[in-house]
Amino acid sequence: MSVTVRIPTILRTYTGGQAEVAAEGGTLGEVIEDLEKNHTGIAARVLDDQGKLRRFVNVYVNDDDVRFEQGLETATPDGAGVSIIPAVAGG
Amino acid sequence: MRKMRRKGLASMAVQTVATTSNPAVDLGPAAALSCRECGHRVPLGPVFACEECFGPLEIAYDFSAYDTEELRARIEAGPANIWRYAPLLPVPADVAGKPNLNPGWTQLVKADNLARELGVTGGLYVKDDSGNPTHSFKDRVVAQALEAARAFGFTTLSCSSTGNLAGAVGAAAARAGLRSCVFIPHDLEQGKVVMAAVYGGELVGIEGNYDDVNRFCSELIGDPAGEGWGFVNVNLRPYYAEGSKTLAYEICEQLGWRLPDQIVVPIASGSQLTKIDKGLQELVKLGLVEDRPYKIFGAQAEGCSPVSTAFKAGHDVVRPQKPNTIAKSLAIGNPADGPYVLDIARRTGGAVEDVTDADVVDAIKLLARTEGIFAETAGGVTVGVTRKLLKEGVLDPAKTTVVLNTGDGLKTLDAVAGTGLTATIRPNLESFREAGLA
Repeated sequence: MSVTVRIPTILRTYTGGQAEVAAEGGTLGEVIEDLEKNHTGIAARVLDDQGKLRRFVNVYVNDDDVRFEQGLETATPDGAGVSIIPAVAGG
Repeated sequence: MRKMRRKGLASMAVQTVATTSNPAVDLGPAAALSCRECGHRVPLGPVFACEECFGPLEIAYDFSAYDTEELRARIEAGPANIWRYAPLLPVPADVAGKPNLNPGWTQLVKADNLARELGVTGGLYVKDDSGNPTHSFKDRVVAQALEAARAFGFTTLSCSSTGNLAGAVGAAAARAGLRSCVFIPHDLEQGKVVMAAVYGGELVGIEGNYDDVNRFCSELIGDPAGEGWGFVNVNLRPYYAEGSKTLAYEICEQLGWRLPDQIVVPIASGSQLTKIDKGLQELVKLGLVEDRPYKIFGAQAEGCSPVSTAFKAGHDVVRPQKPNTIAKSLAIGNPADGPYVLDIARRTGGAVEDVTDADVVDAIKLLARTEGIFAETAGGVTVGVTRKLLKEGVLDPAKTTVVLNTGDGLKTLDAVAGTGLTATIRPNLESFREAGLA
């Protein structure tokens, strides 16, 4: 499955400044693994030491917050848009 | 207490001198940004999330030069608005002379009638922030963000809003001569829409709830379309959030430089509650109030209660919810500072509780009937939760208690739409008597 991942400003040092990159994977976890192959170091920014999503990271697959879905097991259909967004906004 | 002097508070925890600095930016005692999670430091700038761990960045100050009594005298001689506390805020020293809304120094109402009704004997106060220029506490936080926007050269002021903030940003931008373009959920209360639109900036409804609006704004910041935009509660959030400290400062000063025993605060993102705690801690460390225990209580509506649900379940993380409540100004299902609210409620011995929408409406009427204060739904939430926590024995009626009303009831008239005429009579005394009004 090929998806497009929107990269927040604070992670663009890992993507050469690109705001969007392509990645492969049938689940969000697989997409992050694939991102790490091409953009070394990015996974450790998004995941904590236990391999879970950091608590101040929100990830959306299309328009759905993965915390309402299956977290890292959330399916990422072909052509899906994945957005990684800092959670500390708003209020 | 007043005789206490502390010269050169070099060892205080709030004195956090930056290892990095941005000398081009004059934001008073603000020295750097520091990650609340991992402590990573960066120079002052329009950033809000830690590049290491995504944690929230907050202001690190240098208060080392302050003498307690000199500071107290300076505050007391200051203007009757939040700028009396400018030495403790991320703003330039001449902030009071700049075009802004000069919010704050709102009434701390001694609510004796409400206290009698609720059985509070230790003193009950309502901090009534409906008295701010755009009738909610948001003027306090926007005023900080405005100074940061000026410092960083932004030309457009923006935000994601549940309504109150949109109005505060529109008004502040108008006063400052900046453009504003703000984003709200499309189905907000009409009063809030009008109060946001009237200032002449652009007001955009997003088809979704507040969390959708917030997500959109976060994405806009990273896009060239958002270049030059200062989002007060996103890329300027570290500065913006500090404005809520002024609630803590004012409450203590208005109590005669004394900490309240108990304080009940509404929770939307949780930022206000965490910064009230930060403000209280700073006053203690600066020697401006005596160090004694206080408890902070959080209030939510049942239809959007992710933090109270986590509190009651003993969790230290907050599971997001889809909001469904009339308290739209608190309808944030994914509260950014939720984990910190849990920490603070537990650390201080407080609690987080929620009430039904029916309780919110009843509490709005209770506050209006007893104290002549017409609160918006968020104020109904805090008063309703106060009543509930007193009934449950969680709040101590013998302690000094402060309840926040963060907005004006005129913004949420729909909530009390059933309230109206007692009678309609003909214009004569007979009709008056017939109606039983004599």
